[in-house]
Amino acid sequence: MTLLPTREHALHLLSEMLRIRCFEDRCAELYSAGKIRGFLHLYNGEEGVAVGVMQALRPEDDIAGTYREHGHAIARGIPMRSLMAELYGKLEGCCRGRGGSMHIFDRERRFFGGNAIVGGGLPLAVGLGLGERLMGRDAIAACFFGEGAVAEGEFHESMNLASLWHLPVLFICENNQYAMGTAWSRSEAETDLIAKLCGYHMRAESVDGMDVLAVEDRARELAEYVRHQRMPAFLEARTYRFRAHSMYDPQLYRSKAEVEDWENKGPLIGLTQRLKAENLMAEEDFIRLQRMANEEVDDAVSFAEQGSLERVEELTRFTYAEQTA
Amino acid sequence: MSALPQTARAITYREALRQGLRSVLLNDPDVFLIGEDIGKYGGCFAVTKGLLEEFGEARIRDAPLSESAFVGAGIGAALAGMRPVVEIMTVNFSLLALDQILNTAATLSHMSGGQCPVPLIIRMATGAGRQVAAQHSHSLEGWYSHIPGLRIVTPATIDDAAGMLRAALEFRDPVIIFEHMNLYNVQGELSVDAASINIERAAIRRAGQDISLITYGASLYKCLTAAEQLSAQGIEAEVIDLRVLRPLDEKTFIQSVRRTRRALIVDEGWRSVGLAAEVGMRIMEQAFYDLDAPVERVCGVEVPVPYAKHMEEAALPRVEQIVTLAASMVKHVG
Amino acid sequence: MSGEFRMPSLGPDMEAGTLVQWRVKPGDAVKRGDIVALVETEKGIIDVEIFSDGVVDQLLVPEGTHVAVGTLLAQLNGGATRTRQVIEVGKPSEAPQPLARSAPVPATHAATSTTPTTTIVPPTISSVPSPEAHRRKVSPAARARARELGVDLERVTGTGMGAAITIEDVVRAAQTVDKPGIAEPAHDMRQIIARAMSRSKREIPHYYLSLTCSFAKARAFLDRYNARVDIESRLLPSCVLLKAVAQAAKAMPEFNGFYKDDAFQAASDVHLGVAIAMRGGRLVAPALLNADQKSLAALMIDLRDLATRVRAGHMRSSELSMPTLTVTSFAEEDVDSVIPVIYPPQVAIVGVGAIRERPWVVEGQVRAELTVPISLAADHRVTDGRAGTRFLATIRNALQAPEQL
Repeated sequence: MTLLPTREHALHLLSEMLRIRCFEDRCAELYSAGKIRGFLHLYNGEEGVAVGVMQALRPEDDIAGTYREHGHAIARGIPMRSLMAELYGKLEGCCRGRGGSMHIFDRERRFFGGNAIVGGGLPLAVGLGLGERLMGRDAIAACFFGEGAVAEGEFHESMNLASLWHLPVLFICENNQYAMGTAWSRSEAETDLIAKLCGYHMRAESVDGMDVLAVEDRARELAEYVRHQRMPAFLEARTYRFRAHSMYDPQLYRSKAEVEDWENKGPLIGLTQRLKAENLMAEEDFIRLQRMANEEVDDAVSFAEQGSLERVEELTRFTYAEQTA
Repeated sequence: MSALPQTARAITYREALRQGLRSVLLNDPDVFLIGEDIGKYGGCFAVTKGLLEEFGEARIRDAPLSESAFVGAGIGAALAGMRPVVEIMTVNFSLLALDQILNTAATLSHMSGGQCPVPLIIRMATGAGRQVAAQHSHSLEGWYSHIPGLRIVTPATIDDAAGMLRAALEFRDPVIIFEHMNLYNVQGELSVDAASINIERAAIRRAGQDISLITYGASLYKCLTAAEQLSAQGIEAEVIDLRVLRPLDEKTFIQSVRRTRRALIVDEGWRSVGLAAEVGMRIMEQAFYDLDAPVERVCGVEVPVPYAKHMEEAALPRVEQIVTLAASMVKHVG
Repeated sequence: MSGEFRMPSLGPDMEAGTLVQWRVKPGDAVKRGDIVALVETEKGIIDVEIFSDGVVDQLLVPEGTHVAVGTLLAQLNGGATRTRQVIEVGKPSEAPQPLARSAPVPATHAATSTTPTTTIVPPTISSVPSPEAHRRKVSPAARARARELGVDLERVTGTGMGAAITIEDVVRAAQTVDKPGIAEPAHDMRQIIARAMSRSKREIPHYYLSLTCSFAKARAFLDRYNARVDIESRLLPSCVLLKAVAQAAKAMPEFNGFYKDDAFQAASDVHLGVAIAMRGGRLVAPALLNADQKSLAALMIDLRDLATRVRAGHMRSSELSMPTLTVTSFAEEDVDSVIPVIYPPQVAIVGVGAIRERPWVVEGQVRAELTVPISLAADHRVTDGRAGTRFLATIRNALQAPEQL
């Protein structure tokens, strides 16, 4: 079992996960009410992965994510107001309402998307790593993707290229066990992901994605390895999504018992129980953190509600860059 | 014009491309090349020959056969601040990278609200005429021109081969440079300073008042030959080289058609839903009342390009087709 | 929102769903996150959670009911009487529909839906009208040139692709000696104009008045009118102006008639001459017969017909000889006003200047106003400035009440 950090840091981790959970639950509510539209992929259950890994990254590092990236955006420090306004399709959103839930970008925080093509972010992260190396900086690229991407050709091309060219990329596979409704075992001939990685001559490890402390611990070590050895590394975080693939589905592909089983092993429950057992946190602390998270979400919703719509005259703006090189 | 080479000598289109690459590598330390067999092998079409020796492996990067990964790597490196120039061996292989080109490179700037432009150059060989059959002879320039967010250029002359890359680097958008396979050995002299080359306007390659032949890429030479034959019949054709397929410089060809009142579009790409259709429609929208004859097209026949020489020739636009059709549009029958 | 449970939107394509089963009953306490109902969508049956805490007061929709997204399904913590009304006052199409396997469920729409589900059946066209068998092929450029040169395309032989008429064919036709289709040789026309205008300036003591009139109401009227009719039936500003002049001429017959043998003879009808300039120095002013008696729509038809025939050289002799008063319009041109010359033996001519925005003072304030300068040249042997002033005022007043024209 991973050693407990300081009380302050432990509460920080808990707070980050709570912020994500509250944000996601509110998104579900707002989606049902028709305030948020399009596809909405929620991160409930997987918070420990984004929060744990983000602890290992520096402000200058690059991040490439998937369409289930609200949690990463929040953990990276993108203001909730900017995120919620984006989900509302408002001009005040981080992408002026053009991207929506699946396409969160924040250049200042080096958050390069929200990619809605499974596997599409992997080559991009390889390139970010290549760029950092060629620019002579010691930043690394962190690439989050689901295990569904492993079936894509782009996954294998990217693993090989990153390793072949010694690029500083930390790949984080969030293995939540279902690619939409297709179970990992129904998709892969070799279900041991670390064994699969043997072919790419890359340091690879697995970690319990429901344990934020373990994720942070492994992410810190691998990120330092990537940064200093100038080699890619691979971290499989075994996790589980509590909600449906996209907002709602009938969940024909998994049993309710299975979902409940995983919910009991959730990252919030786990950390809370441990902190209480070690007398590092009282119930009041938890309630206070939850209230703060809710207030932050309330503020974001009210900000988004009051936001404006981009003028239709701006429709074609930014199709091409406004500045020349 | 100014700054002509001291000793003007004929060089090939291939050499002109190489000069263009070498010049940007020398001038901009952020420029680097990625591609299959561009280094040790010297380039599938020998365009990059000698560059590895001169600039080293860090800047001339041989890539594995992973088009999606190395095009994506170019996108990421561009986002990180570099100026990657990616070579895809041929347009057919670019289809393996289409996800990165269309879903990522072309969308990021707009989708991120202007935060993330992608200053990436992609070069690729295109076109038929070398008996390499149906998986190496596509002409998909029109296809790519359908995509907002990309800039599409088709150098046909020695000057453009030498200068378009530099001009492309002036933009922070993804630019695809289509080099026609049949042009690599074409010889000519550099007539202008590469710095004067733009990637915004079409060019009138031959002036004439009776009909406008609108084309791009290797078909330019077929049109110029056809124009000479038409001239012998007393018909003076104006030949427009589109040069830039997206954004299309319609002003140049619309003005030409307004003068000549007749337009014949020559496009090696397949006829249906192709670039020629787009050019023809723009003429309808903007110059209909100036037309004295229906707009016509000579395009690639709609088949996978066959291997046998005579069949391949039959599948592509031919000079005599252009001459016959153009003459029938101009000459009066009565 | 709290206290209400509505049919949720469970996906971007969902507009309605069937409430398959209630998992709660009135009196049950529920808390945020509880599954309260099963809803069937196209994807399958989905557990639906509730986002507020409370006690179920009333279930408003029975199991097996197909309802639109947003429909109130249950009320929490009282308020039952009010919520009953919500359903009763709902639009019929949004009211809950029992699910019956035998009959299709009427499509219901969420308020935010943009996807129509109504089936549109294209009309079956049994017979397609064939194009006129004798339609001539004329290139767009040739058609334009023929209009410029006044060439009648019916009389031109086409030599282009598919025997189409090209520009060259039109030019050739215009140059042939007998000039089929051209009403009068241009040089003759010029001579006729020269003689008439010289006589006018020699014999007729002209006086000139002008008045700038607001055209704003007329423009607004035209816009309203034109919005309701086909493109072919739209009115041009000149049509309104002509009608206003024709009415003024009817009201003040001293401007409508001829000066012959040292005496003025008022005309009984108003045949309004319309000056039409043609390429090659030709100018004609054929008449719109009985212009004062025609509706604007009828006048517009006549005007279009006249313009077409003038350009094709097909004028009737009566049209050329009969104008009782002429209007020369520069409404679409870049001139401020026109000081016209009377066409003898008529006794007046009305000039129309450019219709454009000009500074306009209303109650001490300058504003931009769409205006038109109307000028009058009249024969002093028949009328004087006072009458002319009234004549112009009559036209102006008519333009301020265009719907009465």
